[in-house]
Amino acid sequence: MRVPLSWLAEYVDLPGDATPDSVMSELVKVGLEEEGSHGFSVTGPVVVGQVVEFTPEEQSNGKTIRWCQVRVAPAGSKAADGGEEVRGIVCGASNFEVGDKVVVCLPGAVLPGDFAIAARKTYGHISDGMMASARELGLSDDHAGIIRLHELGLDPKVGTDALELLQLNESAAEVNVTPDRGYCFSIRGIAREYSHATGSEFRDPIGNAHPEPVSGFPLTIADQAPIRDRVGSAHFTLRAVRNIDASRPTPPWMIARLKLAGMRSISLVVDITNYVMLELGQPIHAYDLDKLQGGFTVRRAKPGESLRTLDGQERKLHPEDLLICDESGPIGLAGVMGGESTEVSLDTKNVLIEAAHFDPISIARTARRHKLPSEASKRFERGVDPNLGPSAVARVIQLLEVHAHGEADNLGAEHRSSQPEKPIWLPADFAAQHVGVDYTEAEIAETLREIGCVVAQVESGFEVIAPSWRPDLTHKTDLVEEVARITGYDRIPSRIPVAPPGRGLTARQKLRRSILNQLAATGHVEVLNYPFLSEQANRLFADESVETVKLANALQSDSSEMRVSLLPGLLDAAKRNISRGLTDVALVEEGSVFLPANNPAVRDLPSGVALPSPEQLSALNASIPAQPRHLAVVLAGNRVQQQVGVRAAGFDYADAIQAARLAAHAVGAQLTVRQASPKGFHPGRTAELLVSIAGESKSVGYAGELDPQLTAQLDLPRRVAALELDLEVLYAAAPEVTQASFVWTMPAATQDLSLVVPVEVVADELLQTVRDGAGNLLETIRLVDDYRGENIAAGKKSLTFALRFRAADRTLTQAEASDARDGAVKLAAERFGAELRA
Amino acid sequence: MSEALSITQPAVDAIVAQALAAIASASDLNELKSLRGRVVGDQSAIAELNAQLRNLPNDQKAAAGALIGKARGELNAAYSARESEMFLAEERAKLAAESVDVTAAPSHSRFGARHPLSLLMDQISDIFVGMGWEIAEGPEIENEWFNFDALNFDADHPARAMQDTFFVEPVESHLVLRTHTSPVQVRSLLERELPVYVLCPGRVFRTDELDATHTPVFHQVEGLAVDKGLTMADLKGTLEHFARVMFGPDAQIRLRPSFFPFTEPSAELDVWHPGAKGGARWVEWGGCGMVNPNVLRAAGIDPEVYSGFAFGMGIERTLMFRNDVKDMHDMVEADIRFSEQFGVTL
Repeated sequence: MRVPLSWLAEYVDLPGDATPDSVMSELVKVGLEEEGSHGFSVTGPVVVGQVVEFTPEEQSNGKTIRWCQVRVAPAGSKAADGGEEVRGIVCGASNFEVGDKVVVCLPGAVLPGDFAIAARKTYGHISDGMMASARELGLSDDHAGIIRLHELGLDPKVGTDALELLQLNESAAEVNVTPDRGYCFSIRGIAREYSHATGSEFRDPIGNAHPEPVSGFPLTIADQAPIRDRVGSAHFTLRAVRNIDASRPTPPWMIARLKLAGMRSISLVVDITNYVMLELGQPIHAYDLDKLQGGFTVRRAKPGESLRTLDGQERKLHPEDLLICDESGPIGLAGVMGGESTEVSLDTKNVLIEAAHFDPISIARTARRHKLPSEASKRFERGVDPNLGPSAVARVIQLLEVHAHGEADNLGAEHRSSQPEKPIWLPADFAAQHVGVDYTEAEIAETLREIGCVVAQVESGFEVIAPSWRPDLTHKTDLVEEVARITGYDRIPSRIPVAPPGRGLTARQKLRRSILNQLAATGHVEVLNYPFLSEQANRLFADESVETVKLANALQSDSSEMRVSLLPGLLDAAKRNISRGLTDVALVEEGSVFLPANNPAVRDLPSGVALPSPEQLSALNASIPAQPRHLAVVLAGNRVQQQVGVRAAGFDYADAIQAARLAAHAVGAQLTVRQASPKGFHPGRTAELLVSIAGESKSVGYAGELDPQLTAQLDLPRRVAALELDLEVLYAAAPEVTQASFVWTMPAATQDLSLVVPVEVVADELLQTVRDGAGNLLETIRLVDDYRGENIAAGKKSLTFALRFRAADRTLTQAEASDARDGAVKLAAERFGAELRA
Repeated sequence: MSEALSITQPAVDAIVAQALAAIASASDLNELKSLRGRVVGDQSAIAELNAQLRNLPNDQKAAAGALIGKARGELNAAYSARESEMFLAEERAKLAAESVDVTAAPSHSRFGARHPLSLLMDQISDIFVGMGWEIAEGPEIENEWFNFDALNFDADHPARAMQDTFFVEPVESHLVLRTHTSPVQVRSLLERELPVYVLCPGRVFRTDELDATHTPVFHQVEGLAVDKGLTMADLKGTLEHFARVMFGPDAQIRLRPSFFPFTEPSAELDVWHPGAKGGARWVEWGGCGMVNPNVLRAAGIDPEVYSGFAFGMGIERTLMFRNDVKDMHDMVEADIRFSEQFGVTL
């Protein structure tokens, strides 16, 4: 809400030196947050001038300019800039005549956009100032010609300060109004809050309006389908004004205030209705009385009905839309926008003024449905004071009488539904219990009265009736907020509550941190990517047929799916880094992927005001997509960069597998690997990773190099290593408690074992076989060499293992170690035809 | 032997002097070793003299033997000393040859980094775990009931339109990307036993275009305490403690009236940030308030018996003013230089 200060000052006293900033700093105390200040950004000598004579001069570019002599100061006196009283000015506009009074910006003036006026040579003359249009002064968008002051109803003396005359020296404070405080979308509401913040006296503007009884205009409220049992319009005021001159100019002060409040001046009648809306918070509509056919009916739309609204749009109506109709059919979308057929024009002679109260929900739905968030709907949605209608109409009539020379008529209608006032029970000690401040009973009652409540003190508390403009006050807690807010949050003391003994982080939370810290400690950089992907990117590593979660309103059409894999996002991040010259990247991300739920959606949500049944809750939970946490790593460029005495070494599949092992190590789980060729990965350089859960081997993800065809397509280096793990599976494999083995200290015996096997034999399988065959004395085994070539038959390879044997209770003899080794050789021979290398 | 040497002091001295000169003249360990036989070994002059002993009359043997023994001792010691001196020198020379420029030491592993947002969430979690609170989490795609209805956002509440929500297709499925971490509060109240003291860090979504101060995907941390007898004073005390741990002992907090559907009374939270770049100042930090009775009811809790407070703040915003990050792009673009400047600590 933008609040011109002079307007505010009509209804509450402001200090003489008040500025938008000082006003905002008061309002923030009562919950109206500062948004900024507004002014016209016009400074310097801007005066009323009178055109003395002009000569049209045709230019070579085909344009005709006028070389004018303009009087800018009374005869015999200096002009506002200290210069001559008559100036030569070149003007491109041609909408004026000799004798017209105009607005002259003299050298030294600065217009919006930091446009400094100076005497300058143009079209062969020295133009010593500028005659301004409304747009050049920031008053409106009108740039059809310069301002002719008599058209605004003004005839000031030559040399008068035009900034003062047009109120261009006015400024406004803008505050943010929270959705519960609809009444603050008015000068009236802001003035009241300013009074709460400062103690200045508030003068209610409706005190100046004097409604008179009206009758004779047929009005039927016939809501055939109230929304949530609330009738669409509970209060409705109509009154006619006759013989207006709708073509008269809007007074400049009103244009300036509307402009500062963020509204454009349109025509006198519309400007007055907007002005009263801004002042009181009651949206007003004016109909051309002579265009109406018969009386009004307020009803919901019928199937197939449509309405051409003021903005020229033909709108198909929805059966929930509340309409104002006359005998011709719909003439207005209630509370949102009027219809074109009964719009007031400059020729309108007689008007019918409407100030109604509409149900917030009905208006909100209609405004949203038709994408018509208007100034009116904004106010109705948040709740307009239901008692305001008659006063608002009276205020409009007052202004129409003065400025449009109209005459109020008794023709009109008044519909008011009486609603029982339900007092809110506020126990005397509740505010203290809730806020922690020992408010006195007098303080509570006084504060609530200050905001307009009717407060009756009864034995142990208060019966409070909220004022008509505060539909948000429905519960004792709402009243407590008012007490706390008006008396000041700074009175609240400070106390630290003692939580019951906590259990610290959960196992999952600890494991997640452990993994990320482990990977960070080993050279990986954590990134956080958006979880949005294109349909295509989401299928780089998943089957074409994969079901995905799609967004209904994605920001970009190429990021409308929720990711099923972290890798596409990481590859994109890698590419961005590489394009910035950071060619060696090791990225890690931990985050959710999203898999559609198998269960049906819950179409009708349970109410939010009570605990749903266990069945309802489990249906809600079942409708939510599965969102397992994943871990992914992308490695590109060099693992070790070239340095003194060190050759560069690129990342490859082994680094991806090692990253997976580090992650598993961080949670205390063991990984095994086996050859695999999942989609998107290099078919020969990729491992499937497995963990053991309750004795069963379970796939936890893949690590390896990406398919070079894919990396080429993505514009990435040929060799990119990557890894993706399902952390839910990895966590399940993490031991709750790690059980220790005894650390034996008898001397060890070591042996190397070289076995010749067909090249197809998988190293890890042979290793496991050697382990099985070597028996209990084998402490560790490590593959140390894979040799092919000279002395080894074609199609074979020699794998060498380093074995370390140890007994628990004695020093092993070489013979014992050799026996164990022979056992291993025997089993390897049986399973793989392995031979001891000669 | 043509001429027997007589075992006299001058003769011994002459031999010793000659041998010492030879030891001294050796230029390296090999040369010294090649001299060994001639200066202290079997072929040495002193050994030859020693051989004469048996020719001496018995009464002279003892004196002559002592003379030679002393000389041999002296020569052996000299030889050994020279040998170990030269050995050490050669070892030193080898080490000197091995020396490197340590300022050019290569690195065989890389420095990694945590994302600062992730680190900051961990750090905030630790503060509250230290107070006995627990860390709660929930799904990022939520049912609207948890994201809105249970939090006192009526289906037609203007605040519901105010939130720029991402909806999942089809819209009738009532699934949204959570717009705040508050649904985790609801879940905590439903799933945990009272009293509840939980902190909910996590990722949230709003349909804002990315610019210097907005991002459609961002992080929040929310706190919720529901217990008997909690008041706004408890909220204030908790926030004050939090602020002081985060921003130093001089930090203060300030509450300003505001509105949120799920709290009543509601407040905006400002923090006095003593370490702010450009000087200590008030910074808008988050929102807070007393849990709205309707939220308690939706979780099956009697608001006449229990009360609670809640607060929430943006992690991005906190990182921006705490660590002087100027542009949101840096936090979302995954440029490794951004995370690397923090490493593994903030």
